[in-house]
Order: sequence, then structure tokens, then C-alpha cells
Amino acid sequence: MNALLRRIGAMTIDGLWRLGFMARFFFALLRYSGQSFRRLPLTIREIYFSGVLSLLIILVSGLFVGLVLGLQGYDILQRFGSSDALGIMVALSLLRELGPVVAGLLFASRAGSAVTAEIGLMKTTEQLQAMDMMAVNPIARVVAPRFWGGVISMPLLAAMFSAMGIFGGWLIGVVAIGVDDGAFWSQMRASVDFRYDIVNGTIKSFVFGVAVSLIAVFEGYDCQPTAEGVSRAITRTVVSSALVILALDFVLTSFMFRGL
Amino acid sequence: MTPASGNPLVRLNRVRFAYGEREILHDVDLTVHRGQVVAIMGGSGSGKTTLLRLIGGQLRADAGTVEVDGQDMGHLSVSALYALRRRMGMLFQFGALFTDMNVFDNVAFPLREHTALPAELIRDLVLMKLHAVGLRGAAALMPSELSGGMARRVALARAVALDPMLMLYDEPFAGLDPISLGTIGHLIRRLNDALGAASIMVTHDVQASLDLVDYVYFVSEGGIVAHGTPAEIRASDDPFVHQFVHAEADGPVPFHYPAPPLASLLDEVPT
Amino acid sequence: MSRTTLDLWVGLFVALGFAALVFLAVKVGSYTDAPGGATYTVEAAFDNIGGLKARAPVKSAGVVVGRVGGIRFDSQSYRAIVRLDLHGGYEFPTDTSASILTSGLLGEQYIGLDPGAESDILKDGDKLQITQSAVVLEKLIGQFLFNKAAEAPAQGASAQ
Repeated sequence: MNALLRRIGAMTIDGLWRLGFMARFFFALLRYSGQSFRRLPLTIREIYFSGVLSLLIILVSGLFVGLVLGLQGYDILQRFGSSDALGIMVALSLLRELGPVVAGLLFASRAGSAVTAEIGLMKTTEQLQAMDMMAVNPIARVVAPRFWGGVISMPLLAAMFSAMGIFGGWLIGVVAIGVDDGAFWSQMRASVDFRYDIVNGTIKSFVFGVAVSLIAVFEGYDCQPTAEGVSRAITRTVVSSALVILALDFVLTSFMFRGL
Repeated sequence: MTPASGNPLVRLNRVRFAYGEREILHDVDLTVHRGQVVAIMGGSGSGKTTLLRLIGGQLRADAGTVEVDGQDMGHLSVSALYALRRRMGMLFQFGALFTDMNVFDNVAFPLREHTALPAELIRDLVLMKLHAVGLRGAAALMPSELSGGMARRVALARAVALDPMLMLYDEPFAGLDPISLGTIGHLIRRLNDALGAASIMVTHDVQASLDLVDYVYFVSEGGIVAHGTPAEIRASDDPFVHQFVHAEADGPVPFHYPAPPLASLLDEVPT
Repeated sequence: MSRTTLDLWVGLFVALGFAALVFLAVKVGSYTDAPGGATYTVEAAFDNIGGLKARAPVKSAGVVVGRVGGIRFDSQSYRAIVRLDLHGGYEFPTDTSASILTSGLLGEQYIGLDPGAESDILKDGDKLQITQSAVVLEKLIGQFLFNKAAEAPAQGASAQ
């Protein structure tokens, strides 16, 4: 009993300590972010690694999610004789939820893990220390560009995911099943509101981008400098990104779409 | 001892350092003058790498002062520390080359970060530094394509890119074949003399370093236990130095990690 | 990877991302309540709003002229007070009536406005005097059962 309480206590203290360290890390990151914008090539390089290289998985997954939504949506809607509303269903589920969330999860496992691995390996091989000894701040030179590269990439990836998904839903609904093309688009346009649905969805994906990028750079920077430590940090990045995305999604949804 | 001319470049005065409760260094006094190559020797875990980090400003002493070029490392702001570090070079144990850049960009890194020199001038400087370590032909290679000895020579070229006044070496000989080891040792001495800098190296490779250094400090259990010129060290009859130089298994550096006597442990076996 | 190839890819990526956003904005979404367009607010009290939700459309002659801004319960009159955010460009007479209608048998509920004949127009903060509540199916069936022979009273007139 005593030992159990002690373990709970130790875990709590450790968790709080890490959270505090993460907050301090985040502030340092923001403070030294100037360089990643003054020296744009550094950030552009990271957009390439986290954005462009995630493109394929995002587009393909978006297409398949859209195809499935088209099939399932049609199956459910035609029971109520409202298969014309297929466009609404596909578009709203993608824009509000699936686009930001699934793109965020894919982004965490594709780009987030890569960033953690890269920074973790740089730490393990003393590259970060070497940089520090060369009077170059590793947070400004290594961490901040990767963070901002991820933050910029994520909303764009989520938008592409949604667009691709709607295209997939259209392929199944209109081209394959034969829902009326005009009804598909006009119903969708009538029910999807730019500010309410699209902007809110984009805000979500931006928040997820910040969260995943912060977790990824932090876990890499904070990892134990051993091979095992790096692999554990990568696992933690993917797991905690997924949890944080889903939890934040709930919080944001309850604020954004409360009225409905 | 090499005559002390003017102010020392590095001076440690009664330095103590601890990680929490665990004391790593205590009462360390150490002096390094310009032009000197000084070795800090000791067994693994004796605190010698910590000593190097204190001098580089990566760690701060809990008591006592660490002075580099007259500045107290314990009370420097981040920007002052970075200003000082621009005049220091450090060679890490395994080189710590940036794996995402080729050899040329690695050596150019400090120049590009800290100077606004035109690209052609940087190119010339980098090739000069690479030439000095004999690797001008390897400029286009990636670090993964280099052998351990070559990687360390590239790292050495990178460390001296800004012509530092103080060079720090963390185990420069670890894991090298005899030829590479000789090359690195030779380079350390030559670069130090060419730059008019001071060099401090942490090593446990006695034979390789006694041939090239001017002065030696022995660290054991967090304190300086002996120091002197290589000749004095070789002739020393201090039991610790003797054990270290002649690589004996037991002596003042105990073979056993501190533990209660085996007999007392056997008594505790429940009956 | 050279700088120019990298820049090219990133440029393509960003362009594609913005293209997707534009596609979503233009083709998928619509600006029913475009930001910047001023709105004015009027209130209407209903005995029963049925399944009406905030942000449901407000239509007149089938055209969306605003949105339901909010719904609250007034504990003085025991009625539902519905706030309507109407687009500034549309004007209605003060004797306009509001009714809660359903689009299709299972569709969403919305508010329909029927303009009256007054020459004064509604201003921000006005109250609509004439309202018609939502049709509650259970009540309708109940009435039908109890008054089989009689005609359904006018109050429960069907919205369809």
C-alpha cells in the first residue's frame, strides 16, 4: 500500500516536472523562433520533410476515407430516402472531424515520429551539444524550424485530406452509385458554411499541428541519449500525439459546435 | 612545468560540482596557459569529462570559480557565454558531425553561422582547414561515408574553423586504430602550436598523450591526485600515477566498487 | 537534394494546400452569413419550438435571410424566446409573422417569415408579435384521436 502510494506520488511529481519542463521548453522555442523566419530556407527545408513527404499518405488516405464515407453514407441515407444528402454528410464529416483528426494522426506518425527520431539522434550523437559549443543555439537552429515547418504543413495537409475525401465521396456517390450530381453539390453547398464548418475545421487542424509538432520536438529534445531512449521517445510521440489530438478534438468541438 | 607567462587562460579554483547529492568533483585547482597542451587523465567515471564541461560552460560549478580568459564562467549571461564560446573549439568523443550535411558544409557551419563572409571566401577557408587535417579530397563526402578517424579529423577541422584560443578535446583517442591515433595526436599538437592556442584534452590513453602534452593532471574520485610534466609523471613513484601509467588492475584505484566486506554480507544470510 | 528542387517541391506543396482550401471554400462551402455583412436582431416568442436549434436558417419565400442566433426560456411567460439574426440587406414590415416549419417530413426545422402589410420596418431589438409554434406530432395525433368527429381546431393547423 505504502509502495503503491509512493509510486503514485513519484509518477505525479515526475509528470508535473515534465509538464513544467515542456512549458519552459515551449517558451524558449517561441523566444528563439525569430531565426526560423529570418532564415526562411531552414524552415522551408522542414516544410519539405514534414509536409511534402507526408503528401502521398495524406492524399491516398483521404481518398479512401472519402470512398468509404460515400459507401456507408449512401447505405444509411438511402434508408431514409435522402441519398441526395450524401454530399452534406461526406463534406461535414470530413471538414469538421475526419479531416483534421485523421490527417493529424497520420501527420503524427509520419512526420512527428521522423522529427523526434532526427532530433533524438542528433542529441544521442552529441550534435546538439556540439552546436551549443559552437555558440549556436540548438533550439533556434534545429528545434524551432522543425516546429514551425510542422505548424505550417498541418493545416494544408488537413485541407488536402478533406478535399481528396470529398472527391472520393463524389466518385462513389455520383460516378459509381448514381446520386444526382447537381443535388450532391448543391445540397452540400447549402449546408456547409464557410465560417462555421471550414474555418473551424482549419482552426482545429492548426491546433493539432501545434500540439503534434511541440510533442515531436520536445520528445526528441528530451529523450535519453541512447538508442533505446530514442526509440522510446518515438513511441511516446506517436502515442501522446494521438491522445492529445483526440482530447483536444473533444474540447474544441464542444466549444465550436455547441449550438447544434 | 612550463613557465607561467602572464595570466593563465584557464584557471579553476577550488571547484566543486555535484549532481544533486552525488558529488562529482571537489576542490579542483587547475591552470592552463596559452601555448600549452594539457591532459586530464583518470579512470572512467572519475569526473574528468565533467571537468571539461565546466570549462566549456556547459555546466556550472556549485562552488569555487572557473575562469576562462579572465571571465568567470559561473556568472556569464547566455550571450556572453556564446561570445566566449566562439573563441573555443571542442572536439567531441565521436566527432559529433552533423549527419545531414556533407563534410564541406560541416566545416563551413561555424563560419556561416558566425560570420557574414562571402561564399568564395568561406570556400577557401574551409578547404584550407580541411587541407590542414589532410581531408581536402573528402569535402563532398557525407559523414556516414567516413571512417572513425576521418570523422574525427573533420570534426577537428570544424572545431578550429574560427581559429579558437582554447581547444577542448573529449577523449580524442577513444576507439581509434594506432595510425589514426598517431595522426590525431600529431594534429592536436600542430594545430595548437599553429594557432597559439591552449588545448585541454580529457583522455585515459596514457602512452599516446604523454608524448605530446606539456602538462598532466590526474583525476580520481573527483579530486586532482597528481600533476606534473610528462617526464615527472613517468618518473613518479606516486602509487596512483604508477598504477595508471602501468595499467595495473588494483592499487589506489580499487578493483572493487565500494561495498561492504564480503564477510559481513555472508553473516547476514538468514539462518 | 539541391536548394532549388527543394524550394520547388515546397512551393508546389503550399500551392496545392491553398488550392484545397480554395476548393473547400468555393465549391464545398457557401457564405450564407458572410462575415462583414451586418445583421440586425429581432426576437420572437413561441409557445413551443419543437426541435428548432440555434443556427437553423431563417427563410422568407424560400430564401435564407438569416439564422437563429439563440434560444432561451423565459420563466415569466413560460415561452421560448428565439433570437433571429437577419441580414441587414433584407427589410421586413413590423407585422411580419414567424412560424416554425420543417423542410420535408424528416428535415431540419427552420423559421419562416411571412411579411405583413405595415409600412414601418423591423429594427434591431424589435419583437415579432405574431408567431406560430412548431407542430408537435404527438399532440397532433392526440387531438386527432379525441376529436375524431370534429374538425381539428384552427390553432393546430398543419404547417405542410
